Amino acid sequence: MNFLQMNIPLNITKTISDWIFSIMPETAANYTIMVVIAVAYLALFAVAGLYLVLLERKVAAWFQLRIGPNRVGPWGLLQTMADALKLVSKELTSTIKIDKFLYNLAPYFVIVSALMAMAVFPFSKQFQAFDINIGLFFLIAISSIGVIGILLAGWSSNNKFALIGAMRSGLQTISYELSVGLSILTMVLLTGTLQLSEIIEVQRTGGWLILQGHVPSIIAFMIFMVAGTAETNRAPFDLVEAESELGAGFHTEYSGMKFAYFFLAEFINMFIIASIAVVLFFGGWLSPFGITENITWFPEVIWFIIKVLGLIFLMMWFRWTFPRLRVDQLLTLEWKYLLPLNLMNIMLMAIVIWLNWTI
Amino acid sequence: MSYFSDIYKGIKTLLTGMSVTGGYFIRARKGVITQQYPNNRETLKMFDRFRGEVVMPHDADNRHYCTGCQSCEIACPNGSIEIIWDRVVDPATGKKKKIIDKHIYHLSMCTMCGLCIEACPTDAIVWAQNFENSVYDRSALTKVLNQPGSSVLDGIED
Repeated sequence: MNFLQMNIPLNITKTISDWIFSIMPETAANYTIMVVIAVAYLALFAVAGLYLVLLERKVAAWFQLRIGPNRVGPWGLLQTMADALKLVSKELTSTIKIDKFLYNLAPYFVIVSALMAMAVFPFSKQFQAFDINIGLFFLIAISSIGVIGILLAGWSSNNKFALIGAMRSGLQTISYELSVGLSILTMVLLTGTLQLSEIIEVQRTGGWLILQGHVPSIIAFMIFMVAGTAETNRAPFDLVEAESELGAGFHTEYSGMKFAYFFLAEFINMFIIASIAVVLFFGGWLSPFGITENITWFPEVIWFIIKVLGLIFLMMWFRWTFPRLRVDQLLTLEWKYLLPLNLMNIMLMAIVIWLNWTI
Repeated sequence: MSYFSDIYKGIKTLLTGMSVTGGYFIRARKGVITQQYPNNRETLKMFDRFRGEVVMPHDADNRHYCTGCQSCEIACPNGSIEIIWDRVVDPATGKKKKIIDKHIYHLSMCTMCGLCIEACPTDAIVWAQNFENSVYDRSALTKVLNQPGSSVLDGIED
């Protein structure tokens, strides 16, 4: 088990892992700990995803001068819990001519790839499940798997709207994956490492990367946020599930819990994009100006969450401001503007680093 | 170099849009523009042109303006209005006169098109502003608009 460097020395988990190692042989204990961590992450991020849905609804309401959900629980805090319970208890219906195997497989592709990506994020110094030296590469690879689930869903539903939505998703993800990858590559030029914990260590001494790399970093951040929004299939790039054109797009034929998986995966993907941006540009769990660096008991995960929520708010702001793009506009934006700008930006970043102009 | 000026213009217009919506987001604290319906049930007043259901106003003496001309019944495209009428001798003039016995209105069939109200020559029927029209039994949606014992206001035929 040497290739899996399980790096979870949180105090609570340390006690638990010591206890597990004391009662069973080492290999069994390793597997048990993996299962425990997986279940913990699953529960944590399913609930976090539900609350992101609630946040989205509240923010949407405030943008439109409404109140938003306020009936279930205090301030509507239990609204999405109630929705999830309703979806769990609903019958799973499907049409006759679906491809049964692929139809049932598709939601798991989407949700599993979304949850797998969560494993590598350093939420605080200790709170990281899986610290591999190719962390960013792993993230890009994993986040591209989700689109297979969407394509499978659209294909196996045997529904023209679902198929069109899925094909749009494929085209969109293939196009914008380039921009995500290249803007991440721009920042990797600056960090010199792909390991997420190392990237944060780079920022501890030199300041956040968006300040270190100044102009090219800011351009890379803007491109990353645009491409990341497109990657998560959110408005204004939501032509995958454009309600007014395609019904619900690729998940038209899904119901109950399978629909909930797609829905949850969208919000977890949003969290992932915001988390990558926080790690790459805003110093991860590092406090601004190091104000809580010397307070040992301060949970650094709070800074991470605050930054992530800020970026998620930015993405919600996009969603409730901009109208949906047409397919040709989507491709024009990527291939005519974002990609050339990104290549220029990489050159600029290389020059900045070569001439030592970093701050 | 229209390429870069396009990018500049694009970013500028996007930021303009975001500042507009952001302004709304900040001002959302000051008050919502939607009606908090079940909470303000007592004070909620629908606007004048709201089409709730067709009613026949009666004055204090239980008089209405309906002469029984059946214009509304003819104008109604889907038969929501039925008028049961009768001929009586007017005691004042000694002539035969048409009066309504029952002005029956099927709210369940009404599409709120308003043709009956436009057709009415004496403005005997008007729109009401109530909107809580749900009932437990469909038969409750068939309404008799003229109150029992009511009669037409004298001289309205002229």
